[in-house]
Amino acid sequence: MNQEKSTVQIDKLKSGDEESFAMLVDETSGKIYRTLLQILGNEQDAEDILQETYLKAYRAIPEFENRSGLYTWLHRIALNEALMQIRIRKPQIVSIDDNEPFSDDLDIEQKDIVDFCCLPEGELLSKESRHFLDQAVQTLPESLRIVFVMRDIEGLSTQETADALQISENNVKIRLMRARMILRKKLSAYFNKFFIEEKEL
Amino acid sequence: MKNHNHAPSCKQMLGNLSEFIDGDLQAELCSEIEEHLKNCKNCRIVVDTLKKTVELYEKCASEETNLPNDVRERLFKKLALDDLKKHQESS
Ligand SMILES: [Zn+2]
Repeated sequence: MNQEKSTVQIDKLKSGDEESFAMLVDETSGKIYRTLLQILGNEQDAEDILQETYLKAYRAIPEFENRSGLYTWLHRIALNEALMQIRIRKPQIVSIDDNEPFSDDLDIEQKDIVDFCCLPEGELLSKESRHFLDQAVQTLPESLRIVFVMRDIEGLSTQETADALQISENNVKIRLMRARMILRKKLSAYFNKFFIEEKEL
Repeated sequence: MKNHNHAPSCKQMLGNLSEFIDGDLQAELCSEIEEHLKNCKNCRIVVDTLKKTVELYEKCASEETNLPNDVRERLFKKLALDDLKKHQESS
């Protein structure tokens, strides 16, 4: 997930050197903001939590122990802050262990069978496609979206995700499965247009 | 111990595909799915595109990205590092 290729010197950072901290912010804040946008779903909350994250980090940096690496440490602070924000906003989302019956996420019709794997990378990751990928995450129900971001975007393990959300590991797996299946279906519908265009030629 | 050999139906498998692509599924279920995939093109496409979906998101997540300028400006101000930032920019 996060490559530890920082040019920031940890001992300078821990001694409270502002310039080093500014460098750290510039190296890490783009990705953290992107994750916060995905998990919180709006710019204002993402910006508030971004600020909160670095204020916390700045205060905690003297006690930082280089066990997990600086990037991972920062991402953990950001995720914790985001989850706290979500609990305040909608307490039920992160606390309930859901046993919702399966909706139609798992129904697959012929139109959902589009072999978009064969499309060139340039189309799969064009600017427009990336925009669609982001939008698709935003349409997931929040309880699925949080798990998807933690597991597949932030790279946390099933157990770490379960602990952070206080739900069972099995629930994490079910939510992740549903999120992935929904996204796969959405991407199939989206990328299908490239095949239709091809046929029309 | 289950002894029967027939492969699960398409719908029965779908719930396990997420763990299947992560390689986290128990061996028995795994081989049942592999057996099914040999003869079912639709499910092969579902498995491949499910993998691809996860891969695309991982790829996007691993790429560097910059903070929008206005967000960066306000963040530096909040951290009381904005003097420093001006200093850096002018140098
Ligand atoms: Zn099948």
